[in-house]
Amino acid sequence: MVNAIEINDVSVQYDGNFVLENTSMNIPYGILMGVIGMNGAGKSTLFKVIMGLVQPVTGRVEICGDPPSVSQKHGHVAYVPQNELVDWDFPVSVYEVVMMGRVGLQNIFKTPSKEDREYVENALTKVNMMDFVGRQIGELSGGQKKRVFVARALAQGADILLLDEPFAGLDAVSEKSLTKLLVDLKNEGKTVILATHELTSLPDICDQVALVRKTIVAYGPTKEVFTRELVSKTFDGIMHNLKFDN
Amino acid sequence: MDIIQFIVEPLQYAFMLKAVVVSIVVGAACALLSCFLILKGWSLLGDAISHAVLPGVVVAYIIGIPFSIGAFFFALLAVVMIGLIKTNTKIKEDAIMGIVFTTMFALGLILISKVTSTIDLTHVLFGELLGISDEAAIYTIGTLTLVAAIILIFRRSFLVFCFDVVHAQSVGMRVRYIHYAFLILLAITITGSLQTVGIILVIAMLITPGSTAFLITKRFPVMLQIAVVVSVFSSVTGSYASYYYDVSTGGAIVFLQGCIFLLVFGYQTILSKMKLKTKVQQMS
Repeated sequence: MVNAIEINDVSVQYDGNFVLENTSMNIPYGILMGVIGMNGAGKSTLFKVIMGLVQPVTGRVEICGDPPSVSQKHGHVAYVPQNELVDWDFPVSVYEVVMMGRVGLQNIFKTPSKEDREYVENALTKVNMMDFVGRQIGELSGGQKKRVFVARALAQGADILLLDEPFAGLDAVSEKSLTKLLVDLKNEGKTVILATHELTSLPDICDQVALVRKTIVAYGPTKEVFTRELVSKTFDGIMHNLKFDN
Repeated sequence: MDIIQFIVEPLQYAFMLKAVVVSIVVGAACALLSCFLILKGWSLLGDAISHAVLPGVVVAYIIGIPFSIGAFFFALLAVVMIGLIKTNTKIKEDAIMGIVFTTMFALGLILISKVTSTIDLTHVLFGELLGISDEAAIYTIGTLTLVAAIILIFRRSFLVFCFDVVHAQSVGMRVRYIHYAFLILLAITITGSLQTVGIILVIAMLITPGSTAFLITKRFPVMLQIAVVVSVFSSVTGSYASYYYDVSTGGAIVFLQGCIFLLVFGYQTILSKMKLKTKVQQMS
């Protein structure tokens, strides 16, 4: 069986500087992976490459066996943006945002069909947000905001979910319930990949970890990769208050 | 004089009837576009393009083609130049817009002062709705009806584009096409509005109605409707004010829009203060 994501010797350049160099990684279906690294290490670029928003100068990316341009049309990959990158005053309701998950599959006029509505309602039920369909998105709590965008990803029919800093700014309760949602999705076969700075809870949530520093320093099962030695290598050794199993 | 006579009497004159119809179409098209512009944070772009069309008007006059075509060409030129400088330097977009539109506007001033004295600068800058020619009226009504129709038909795509361009791109929407389609619609709207309110005041038409509607509602479809109602009301009332009191038409339209915005703002500020007060009283 092909992997959910295969990244083969990918390099990305911005303004003549390499932000990712000779990066390779295979991500199997149905795992929860944490992507960690310092700010500016290339986590966002890695996500952009997977979404097909950035063209690598070398190498090859395959999403569910297809190049990103093809996988975009199928809606295989969905992106859940950082909270601070969303305009929360935008006059759209929860329902309308989740419906935006369907735009790639709709005709040119983007008129919602009955099937679209079913997808949206199922997605909202799944993330437990059906009671908030009419709310303007700015009127939600931090955790609810995240759920709406996860619902948009589900409405899109995505198999792979990319989440950028999903736990930033969440209280402990919201973090716990979002984690449960992500684990549930993984257990249903979705591939969930999150870029995060929450290193303490990482070993409890993630099956696999990828360490990023201009390239993939290491990736694989959390137990093998989330070690003092490799994490120090990724973060310049400033990791005193972290506990490691081994 | 009763109210019906007040409204109907001016319409007996062809120029006034024409002016009212044109102002309705311009008001509606600008209002629809303004909702997207202010949400996307592109208000300044409307400002830039509208100034940049001035040399186009003069060049069109010199070579004897319709003003709108010359204006449209220079509008596109401004957009292309802004894009070109942005992709090749690290200068922020607002600064680039400022440089491009003032330079082109200045070129327009030079051309007017040197080449011809028959173009009335104030008409280009502030419009001449009550004196609009038949051809100009037909052009404006035709193009802006088309613009309004396109915006309404593709409103959902434009909304996704304004709200979350990364998502739009990641599900395979052609955001580059949407981006340019949007800019071309903006350029057409500005050139079409040239004779109505002029290139300075069209900026207000492209910002104020959407902003007023944004104050009132949190639902986008309602926002579109409110913006159109406010804008068309201001346009028609402004035309009448101009007829009865002999004041600048563009000035009257835009001033009215600004007043409505301030009224809504004032009403809402007082309302929220009062709500806060009752809440505090209930708590204590």
